[in-house]
Amino acid sequence: MVTASDRCGVLPHADFQRLLNVLTEKGYRVVGPVVRDGSVMWETVERTADLPIGWRDQQEPGRYRLEQSGDDRIFGVVHGPQSLKPFSFTPREALLTIERSKNSFASVPTLPKSEKVAILGARACDVAGLAMQDRIFLRDAYADPYYQARRNSMFVVAVNCTRALTTCFCASMGTGPGATSGFDLALTELETVFLIEAGSSEGNDILSALAIDPSSPAQIDEAEANISSCAMNQTRRLNTAELPGALYEAHEHSHWDDVAGRCLACANCTMVCPTCFCHTVEETPDLTGQRTEHARLWDSCFTQDHGYIHGKNIRPTIKDRYRMWLTHKLASWIDQFGASGCVGCGRCITWCPVGIDLTEELSALLKPSIRTQQKPGQV
Amino acid sequence: MAESDQPGHREEAHTNRARPRLGVFRFASCDGCQLSILNLEDDLLALGQALDIAYFPEASSGMKPGPYDIVLVEGSITTPEDAARILALREQAATLITIGACATAGGIQALRNWADVESFKRAVYPSPQYIQSLGTSTPISAHVQVDFELWGCPIDKGQLLRVITDLLAGVRPRLFADSVCIECKRRGNVCVMVASGVPCLGPVTRTGCGAICPSMGRDCYGCFGPTEGARTGPGLPPNTASLANRFHQGLRLIPIEVVRRFRGINGAVESFKQESEAWERKT
Repeated sequence: MVTASDRCGVLPHADFQRLLNVLTEKGYRVVGPVVRDGSVMWETVERTADLPIGWRDQQEPGRYRLEQSGDDRIFGVVHGPQSLKPFSFTPREALLTIERSKNSFASVPTLPKSEKVAILGARACDVAGLAMQDRIFLRDAYADPYYQARRNSMFVVAVNCTRALTTCFCASMGTGPGATSGFDLALTELETVFLIEAGSSEGNDILSALAIDPSSPAQIDEAEANISSCAMNQTRRLNTAELPGALYEAHEHSHWDDVAGRCLACANCTMVCPTCFCHTVEETPDLTGQRTEHARLWDSCFTQDHGYIHGKNIRPTIKDRYRMWLTHKLASWIDQFGASGCVGCGRCITWCPVGIDLTEELSALLKPSIRTQQKPGQV
Repeated sequence: MAESDQPGHREEAHTNRARPRLGVFRFASCDGCQLSILNLEDDLLALGQALDIAYFPEASSGMKPGPYDIVLVEGSITTPEDAARILALREQAATLITIGACATAGGIQALRNWADVESFKRAVYPSPQYIQSLGTSTPISAHVQVDFELWGCPIDKGQLLRVITDLLAGVRPRLFADSVCIECKRRGNVCVMVASGVPCLGPVTRTGCGAICPSMGRDCYGCFGPTEGARTGPGLPPNTASLANRFHQGLRLIPIEVVRRFRGINGAVESFKQESEAWERKT
């Protein structure tokens, strides 16, 4: 949450352009939420007016709508379909090119050129998702150099949430609605000013360059109150108390058939999830057979190929795939990475074309199965 | 200097080796998929060097007889004559690839499968007795064994080039069977169904087009056919029933509109066919 310290200042709404200017002067391309096609997407912003001033989003299962908010808040829109994932783990990334030479071949590295990007408007859930992806891609001695290169050049400006969507449940996951770590700067939008907190030395540099007034204790209290009220306004919650064990025990639960009847296996939930990391690789050779590109691209546990292992698809049915996804996300993820794979952003609920809600599915799975009388091994 | 060290040797070796013979044949179709080959523009020269284009009347009047190493078939079977012709062509083809919705699934002309073709003939032709036409439009795979199927109306020219490249390299072509949604999300599109409420078939339609329609703000109409489908049955994708329910209950499409979503360019494919017929019973 917001900390009272000398690293916290206030920037009047009218002066917001100064933040963009300072970031640009420090060599960052500034990216923020921009209204496009009925939602907001990350795009380059140069002026405050590029941001979705006066808009807010209404989200519910399978439905997203923007509407005029009637105020002039800059960050009234909570989020669009994109988390921070596309910046560090890109949808398609060339890993290397291979060129044939006489009796041999040479591989040419394709490490991304580092471009300093400042992302303005990340939410606490997004920051938590990024921290989880760091755990996955930068683990121990096996750091992924492509991810690392992109990650190193990211500067994250978080915006603490003061309005809860009906799909939000970050409070129950302990990831929000205020960002506590993992950001360079964190903003809280108050009536006429932004409270700005630095979370890294790079953030401190920007804050110093901004040369703004320190915040008053009253302003910090107001920000804290708004964030707390946002947490209390969240209507959804994920019942994590009995996880991971309860989902392992629910492996044969009758409710999996119910959700499989609705699930499209379209993979939208995994594409918008800030933590899902599955990918596949493909070769793109040229016609002459002299050169090929080896690239990684987003994949999903909902695809046919994902479950295909040596001549057999081990997850042929939609039920197999949904159960695999939810059990991994909410249960075995904890065993694998030390925390839940869910950050409570609610994107999988909103962007599911048929509005499947994992909080409701989990609740149903934690109730007794109509097959509970069956003994193991019975069919 | 050894001959192999001379500049240009590799290219000569490439062109001098026996180039696979390509034949492109048309059945009931609009020529659009064949045009996609000609639209390869930047790669046409390389394609012409890598392959001996032996039969391609749309491109050249120099038509050489078979057998062919690779045969591309456009169009569906709608006449007794074509039903015989495809059998003969199969004998001339080492690898037979269907290109497009017509050849792969029967195409838009398979709408006749739900109608009375004899009445169409009487309405259009003064002497309908001379028209030799089958009552159905069927995909090539209903008549002969097909090695690879390229979907789309028209096909994606990049996917075709990719398949030919893979065949030349001696590997099995990789054809994705995933949903259009995956490509939409990779491209950074906002979901048209969730954000605009249009009845998009993307969640049950296979990728390969590059998500062209949603990228332009339009709902996918399924021209690449259903996802997966190597096996069909209860519990396997595509889950057309769930999407159709959403169209009806969430997006307020009346049953006949749901029928029309699924009974389009690929309406004759089993999963889409069953869904449209289920909703036809509700109209």
